[in-house]
Amino acid sequence: MNYKHNIDSEISISYIVTNKKLTTIAALGVIIGIAIFVFMNSMMKGFDRTSTDSLFKTVSHIRLFKDDETSIPLVKNETNDTENIIINPKIVPDNNVLINPEALIKLLQSQDNVTVVSPQTNVNVFYNNGKSQISGLASGVDIVEADRMFNIKSYVVEGNANDLKHVQNGILLGVGIADKMNVRTGDNISITSSKNVLKIMKVVGLFRTNNSVVDKSKSFINSSFAQQLLQKNSSYITEINVNIKDYDNALIYAEQFSKLTGYKAEDWKTANETLMAAANMRKIIITVISFSILLVAGFGIYNILNMTVSQKINDIAILKAMGFRGGDVIRIFVQQALIIGFFGIVLGLTLATILVNVLSHVYVGGDIGFFPIAFEPMQYLRGFIFGFIITFLAGYIPARKAANVDPVSIFRK
Amino acid sequence: MTNRQIVLQTKNVGKYFYDPEKFRVLNNISIEAYKGEFLTLVGKSGSGKSTLLYLLSTMDRDYDGEIWIDDKKVTGLTQNALAEIRNEKIGFVFQFHYLLPEFSCLKNVMIPALRLGQYSRQEIEERAYKKLEILGLQDQALKPASKLSGGQQQRVAIARALINDPKIIMGDEPTGNLDSKNTQIVFDIFKQLTSEFGQTIIAVTHDNDFAKASDRTIVMQDGEILDATL
Ligand SMILES: Nc1ncnc2c1ncn2[C@@H]1O[C@H](COP(=O)(O)OP(=O)(O)OP(=O)(O)O)[C@@H](O)[C@H]1O
Ligand SMILES: [Mg+2]
Repeated sequence: MNYKHNIDSEISISYIVTNKKLTTIAALGVIIGIAIFVFMNSMMKGFDRTSTDSLFKTVSHIRLFKDDETSIPLVKNETNDTENIIINPKIVPDNNVLINPEALIKLLQSQDNVTVVSPQTNVNVFYNNGKSQISGLASGVDIVEADRMFNIKSYVVEGNANDLKHVQNGILLGVGIADKMNVRTGDNISITSSKNVLKIMKVVGLFRTNNSVVDKSKSFINSSFAQQLLQKNSSYITEINVNIKDYDNALIYAEQFSKLTGYKAEDWKTANETLMAAANMRKIIITVISFSILLVAGFGIYNILNMTVSQKINDIAILKAMGFRGGDVIRIFVQQALIIGFFGIVLGLTLATILVNVLSHVYVGGDIGFFPIAFEPMQYLRGFIFGFIITFLAGYIPARKAANVDPVSIFRK
Repeated sequence: MTNRQIVLQTKNVGKYFYDPEKFRVLNNISIEAYKGEFLTLVGKSGSGKSTLLYLLSTMDRDYDGEIWIDDKKVTGLTQNALAEIRNEKIGFVFQFHYLLPEFSCLKNVMIPALRLGQYSRQEIEERAYKKLEILGLQDQALKPASKLSGGQQQRVAIARALINDPKIIMGDEPTGNLDSKNTQIVFDIFKQLTSEFGQTIIAVTHDNDFAKASDRTIVMQDGEILDATL
């Protein structure tokens, strides 16, 4: 007959109870460490989300276009053996058009995980009203598809995006342009293209992306009008925008589409390098800081365990004399650490929840509105796991020291 | 004498200390202890009594020669295997009691039995009460160990040494801190354990009366056995 009595746990609990003050301080360290860890990482997620959300108001996950071609410096002369040298290579003009766009669109639509395909014809234009003139970019789109892709309706602040369907010469203007040109919904505005075509457009609505550069330059028009501004026929498409299910995989799909179509497909991260670099920097800083805080919390536990081990060195010696193994001794102290850690982690996650909740109700105004932070289950899980790893190590190191205590050397004192 | 059963035996045991310089603290120790024997170990201070006892206890593994406990060679066994042997077969009493101060006397006595896991918690508690009763401490059972007098604490430590009914009880000056009255109590208990329960006592002592009253005394000098009288 063999019973398994949990005497190791009883001893670790008694060590916690008799050292309430220090235990509380160690647990407090973990509470704060975990709370800050989860809080900061949730904040980072919030930042990332707002910045991608705002990015995807105007940028698709993948953009397919014909890359500029540079003229080849050395051209073989067909008729004789001499070579003509072009010493100043230039971009070959006027060939950044996609051939047979309908077939391309069909092909892209048939791909796995593709959610929206929206062809676009971009025109560099001047917006004119009276004497004032602003340069900008008019995107010729099918408003239904474009709305599905960029969720345009969500940031239209005046008028109605759908009116673009009925009003042939309709234009959806960024608020920045409207302010400068002093136009409102229902007013007319003239635009001039680089081909010097002038069109009178009717403002059907205004939008605000909260990206002031976009708001001051961008407009949406019908693609047929964009083609007219460029004096091209109705199959003239400069780019095809594609959205996929998971935008984090954009790079893989971009490469795949590139191979598939022969055109250049660029994912959103590549297209927005600066933004990504800033996000990466933010990520590095927050990760380093939040892990440092966790580590400090770990030192709190390490400290109290080290102290317990020195205080209880006599207990350890007699326990070993009475037949406790090294493993039992390790269990006693690691359990002590884990119990402190567990309470610290649970209360820390609770504190993080409170912090996130409070901050998410703080109005910071400007482009952002409420502080961009939300409950991130993944961050809670990470806090939980890393909290336990650090707690375990903080307990294991002193515990091993305790397990190696030579009882004879203690009894001799 | 022919029929007596050996429970502990050393064969040519010796030991060096290396710090501060190499020196042979024990040499050529060959002794045996019998079942139900009350054996005392005496000798001048520094003669190596404690050192020998720690070898016998299996806690010190750094020696030459062989030690056999209960017909099993323990020399060369792993730490964990030795821990099992100590838990099951050996009880310890030191000059200092080494009780866990946070725990009650009862819990202190129960600890080695809880580690061994041979009985249910209920049974262990009953057994611990019985051991405390033998030592006249049943009234103190639920007090924290730190709240007892020195003599009482030492008796709790003895009860703890007895809880797993060990074959051998080892003591390094177990009465060193006790007055004559408490020393007599401990002596009587040891006597009773050997005669009634057939357990073996090996005790280091400086108390000549204590040694004389035991079954047999081994005298040590400069790390060797001087004289084994019956
Ligand atoms: N850890 C050690 N390192 C080096 N030498 C030691 C160590 N422990 C004890 N000694 C030496 O070994 C010898 C025997 O010591 P031991 O403690 O066994 O003596 P003892 O007979 O128990 O003495 P006492 O009666 O005073 O307790 C002594 O000379 C002592 O100085
Ligand atoms: Mg000694």
